[in-house]
Amino acid sequence: MGAFIIRRLLALVPLLLLITFIVFALVLVIPGDPAQTLAGGTKSDPATVLRLRHLLHLDQPLLAQYWHWLTHALRGDLGRPLFGGSQTVAQGITSRFPVTLGLTLGAMFVSLLIGIPAGIIAGLKPGTWRDRGVTFGTSVGIAVPDFWLAMILVVLFAVKSHLLPAIGYVGFSKSPTGWLKDMVLPCTALGLAGGATIARQLRGSLIDVMDQDYIRTARAMGVRSRTIIGKYALKNAAMPVLTLVGLQFAYLLGGTFIIEQIFSIPGMGQYILSAIDLKDLPIIQGVVLVTAVIFVVVNLAVDLCYGLLNPKVRAQ
Amino acid sequence: MSLIPPLGGPPLPLGEEPSELHGEPLDEALDSGGRFWSRFFKTRTAVAGLAVIVVIAIAAVFARWLAPSSPYTTFPQFNTGPSAAHWLGTDDVGRDILSRIIYGGQVSLQATFQIVGLALIPALPLGLFAGYFGGWRDGLIMRIMDAMFAFPPLILAIAVASLLGKSLFNESVAIAIVFIPGFVRLIRGQVLALREETFIEASRSLGADNRRMITRHVLPNVASPLIVQVALALGYGLLAEAGLSFLGLGVQPPRASWGGMLSEAYPYIFQDPWALIVPGVAIALTVLSFNMIADGLRDALGRERFRGAE
Repeated sequence: MGAFIIRRLLALVPLLLLITFIVFALVLVIPGDPAQTLAGGTKSDPATVLRLRHLLHLDQPLLAQYWHWLTHALRGDLGRPLFGGSQTVAQGITSRFPVTLGLTLGAMFVSLLIGIPAGIIAGLKPGTWRDRGVTFGTSVGIAVPDFWLAMILVVLFAVKSHLLPAIGYVGFSKSPTGWLKDMVLPCTALGLAGGATIARQLRGSLIDVMDQDYIRTARAMGVRSRTIIGKYALKNAAMPVLTLVGLQFAYLLGGTFIIEQIFSIPGMGQYILSAIDLKDLPIIQGVVLVTAVIFVVVNLAVDLCYGLLNPKVRAQ
Repeated sequence: MSLIPPLGGPPLPLGEEPSELHGEPLDEALDSGGRFWSRFFKTRTAVAGLAVIVVIAIAAVFARWLAPSSPYTTFPQFNTGPSAAHWLGTDDVGRDILSRIIYGGQVSLQATFQIVGLALIPALPLGLFAGYFGGWRDGLIMRIMDAMFAFPPLILAIAVASLLGKSLFNESVAIAIVFIPGFVRLIRGQVLALREETFIEASRSLGADNRRMITRHVLPNVASPLIVQVALALGYGLLAEAGLSFLGLGVQPPRASWGGMLSEAYPYIFQDPWALIVPGVAIALTVLSFNMIADGLRDALGRERFRGAE
């Protein structure tokens, strides 16, 4: 297992380097002369253009720019917002990150809470009305935009019957119960589509596993159905689901960016959206970099779990 | 499940390649005496999905004649529910919601086809190239794709769209970028599996050159799973487009888009939830239809073996 972990960690180095280059290369996406565009277009103040050009090192060759940006980023310095604010980008992200992470994990919890039972119900009895019901439900669940669902939930639970707060956010440290109440609607809205995907995957892999010879053998030997399902079938069917959970994380993390707008939650989504109108490059780059690195770490964790569950993976 | 829905769906586990070809080659499937179409049209859900898309497409193309009014005309009654004059009600400034849905359909359909097309332009040659030639070139391309996969899709799209500037085309480019690695992986995997086939070896030993190999043998075999993937991507593209236009990154007001209509309706949910329901249903129904078509195509192309009692 030790060698497996080291191999995986080493493989991350070139990946992370490529990621940083892509994040840096976002500057190339800006149309026209970046300094001028960022300063506000052709009619912008020449002094501002100069200031931005110097600030972003746009007067240097591309690789030098990248090197500069990378060495700073490695030290945790993601620059300052181009327009106003005494907070550095790193501070801005650190203060908002826990909010977004809580939302993402909560949504993940909801996805698993819905997806696993639904997948088991459908996968153990394929073809029955229960299976068809789950399959239909998951098709709809995947097609419904999560942010629309969020708004519908607000109408149902906050506007019509004042069960839960419509918008707003209380920090966990300030009031755990208030935080929990504020999280229910956004996490449910985000987690439903994820739950549908997990249910589909689990159903598919359960059907495949239940078809295997070793399950039949166990049956023939009179092993109790509950043992077969719990000990053999679910464990084997869990593998593809685990990969999916890792990917779902990225999907949910992205989803929070829209959901935060709806519930006025002060997370990273609001941070990057506050930067959109002014094309505030350091903020945009910083948020993209941090989310990508987090996703890489999550995928590493999934890979390691894979190795724990399946000795074959370790040996590769 | 080895297809890769481009936005967050289940992909191949890393490092695992498809060991067998998926589905029959497209030319054979289409040549086989209409078997493909009869199989497709037997799937009721797929036909229903196709019907919905056709209706929305017709409404979008002939919007000028089919929409009850212009999407910009304001009527004196605003935030109303359905009535005889306005079948789907009016929005916060008194515009006819049905008309805006029809015109918004133009935007959504154009966007999603544009997204998938823009993603395929680089992805098809890259995937064919990587899979066919292999070696370090394959390694390089795939490492770059891995890196692109490492970004949460929606976040990368938001970043690129906002740096490019707000417009429908820029938004499509931004979402297309996110779709590229999924397509490349699928195409490359299919080509890799194909290389092991004896008929490929045979035609190579008969002296077929690379170009002939790719156009005659590789492309038709890649096309089948790719078409299914394209249908899925059209659905995901539409969802992503709606999300970005909700954030204001797509077409600018007063032009109607389904995502934009949702963000316009949101402040008035207390007075008028109706304006919120209609665009959401339009999005969900269209995405569902694309997914149903994808499922039908997959079954018709014989990709997936008989599963359960489906």
